[in-house]
Amino acid sequence: MTIESTYGSRPARVGPPPSDVLLEVRGLRTYFKVLDGTVKAVDGVDFSVKRGGRLAIVGESGSGKSVTALTIMRLIDQPPGQIVAGEVWFDGRDLLTLPISELRKIRGGEIAMIFQEPMTSLNPVLTIGDQIMEAVLLHQDVAKSGARDIAIRSLTDVGIPAPERRVAQYPHELSGGMRQRVMIAMALSCNPKLLIADEPTTALDVTIQRQILELIKEIQDRTGTGLLLITHDLGVVAETVEDVVVMYAGRVVEQGTVEEVLLGARHPYTRGLLNSIPSKGKRGHRLAPIRGTVPNPFRMPPGCTFEPRCPYAWERCVQEEPALIRLGSGGASRCWIHDPSSRARLDGYDHDTEVLPT
Amino acid sequence: MVEHNLGDEHAPTIEEIEGVADYEVQLESLNQWQIAWRRFKRHRLAVIGSVLFIGMCLVAILGPVIFPYNFLDIKKPDVLVFAGRPPSWVSGDFSPFLLMGETARFQRDVFTLVINGARLSLIIGVGSTVISVVIGALWGGIAGYFGGILDSVMMRIVDSLLAVPILFLILVFSRFLGRGSWVTVLLIFGFFGWLGIARLVRSLFLSLREEQFVDAARAVGVSDQRIIIRHILPNALSPIIVSATLGVAGVIVSEAFVSFLGFGVDPNTPTWGNILSNSLEFVNQGNWWWAFFPGLAIVITVLGINFMGDGLRDALDPRSRA
Repeated sequence: MTIESTYGSRPARVGPPPSDVLLEVRGLRTYFKVLDGTVKAVDGVDFSVKRGGRLAIVGESGSGKSVTALTIMRLIDQPPGQIVAGEVWFDGRDLLTLPISELRKIRGGEIAMIFQEPMTSLNPVLTIGDQIMEAVLLHQDVAKSGARDIAIRSLTDVGIPAPERRVAQYPHELSGGMRQRVMIAMALSCNPKLLIADEPTTALDVTIQRQILELIKEIQDRTGTGLLLITHDLGVVAETVEDVVVMYAGRVVEQGTVEEVLLGARHPYTRGLLNSIPSKGKRGHRLAPIRGTVPNPFRMPPGCTFEPRCPYAWERCVQEEPALIRLGSGGASRCWIHDPSSRARLDGYDHDTEVLPT
Repeated sequence: MVEHNLGDEHAPTIEEIEGVADYEVQLESLNQWQIAWRRFKRHRLAVIGSVLFIGMCLVAILGPVIFPYNFLDIKKPDVLVFAGRPPSWVSGDFSPFLLMGETARFQRDVFTLVINGARLSLIIGVGSTVISVVIGALWGGIAGYFGGILDSVMMRIVDSLLAVPILFLILVFSRFLGRGSWVTVLLIFGFFGWLGIARLVRSLFLSLREEQFVDAARAVGVSDQRIIIRHILPNALSPIIVSATLGVAGVIVSEAFVSFLGFGVDPNTPTWGNILSNSLEFVNQGNWWWAFFPGLAIVITVLGINFMGDGLRDALDPRSRA
């Protein structure tokens, strides 16, 4: 993955990215204007997904990861939301400047989305078949009977037994795991180039989580669909993707491959996240949670947004916001500790490097 | 789970003999309307109400055919006798005629009038409610779905119309437009009755548009128009049906009221309201039957509809779906 742009500077590239990049998000900013002020939910985010590639956006609640996903699809309610700046290049087009009629063809057709709550993301009054067929009929040139065949076939693909009977059933007749399978079937019925999965397993129990992740990976391998996974679960990240973007308070704080980010976490926030996961090796010891909470969106710290919670912070972090610094070992991290002038501090920092518990 | 196909002819399996399979298949085959129908059937008053209402509809449709007297037939004018004859069972004359007595002045058969009145009263009630629901659902649906400035403007229009004393407006309109034609009355009630429905539908849409399945539909590329009509409206249908049912009763009463005041439908086309209106000056001469039977018809119909509406409300309320 290339990280050429940094926070505060202009995008490194102008115009469409090279053709092996499926999705490139540049300088994305989505703000919400509410009564108490402006919430900068996404504040300058850059990342890219290669064709057939797998990228995860990781972060706490309120870090802006879901808003990023919704902004890519332009599903943000405007108002109160507003896409202030940025470009979303998908397959040679900037989705943010596309007319809505063009965008509708891409939604569901070329980019499909799976939502967090399978219990509520299917319409309770329409049958499973109707809902899958609707997607098919919107994006493919088939008759109704053909659409039904495609619906049955995609239900078979996601491992739903007796699909011929399931198409006539209503969502309330299916379990949560089955419904998420239906959502995946719906998402894949039109052979999208990119699948955005917004916390697809959060609402499911652990055994079903595994099945769903395996299913997404297997289908992704088979069809060559790109995957953008939004999650707060680092275990899911480790198993599923190649590249990781860690978000905190609307900004990218660390970026890199799974190995770089999870095994050699460079940013104090990523380290904090990893330390707060229970594991076998830590049995008997207290977990080390990140102290404090996500900053109040109306009163962001003037310097580094993570500074109030950061165990390594010093004066500079209070005063100045660090840029996303590219690292020699690969990837990037938004922390003053990587700045050449902080070399002395980095020595101490590297000694207490935590590794990902397995 | 073992698959069972009960449609096929085959030897019963152990599961079926134990009744497990039957139960499961039956559960799976119910959609929300079937569930609602089951609950409705259990609601005794609702069933009674529906029987009353459907019975009245049958009377309205079939009555004039089965009972072929024309209410306009003016019998031989008994010039000196102005008072109508009482119902045959009151006077002790057990003839099959004059079941509900006879009107004074033109000596029409009250039964025939009530039957013919049923037709127009129900047509006006149902017809104008259909108009109100269509306008109200679209207006409220658009306002609630899009929200923002459009919603504010559309709902302020509704507020201002609600501030107009509709009854006087209806009186004025029906006096000066169409001159007592029942179509005019139907349209007036239809075009002024949608405000409440619009508010109801708007509030339903405001909460339904936040549901994740709406986002999911948009993420699939469904257009706003289609989301409103195909995805959200069916979810809002239950309260709309209940409100519409009770609306029919309201319009029947209002129409009777307006016609009673002499502003509604022309007396040559009888509705329950204008039969009552005509009876007014003769009731104190002892012709109670002239006013009693159309009044009874109104009470029975409205009561039936209200019972039915209550039953529908209970049957369709998702919160009580257990």
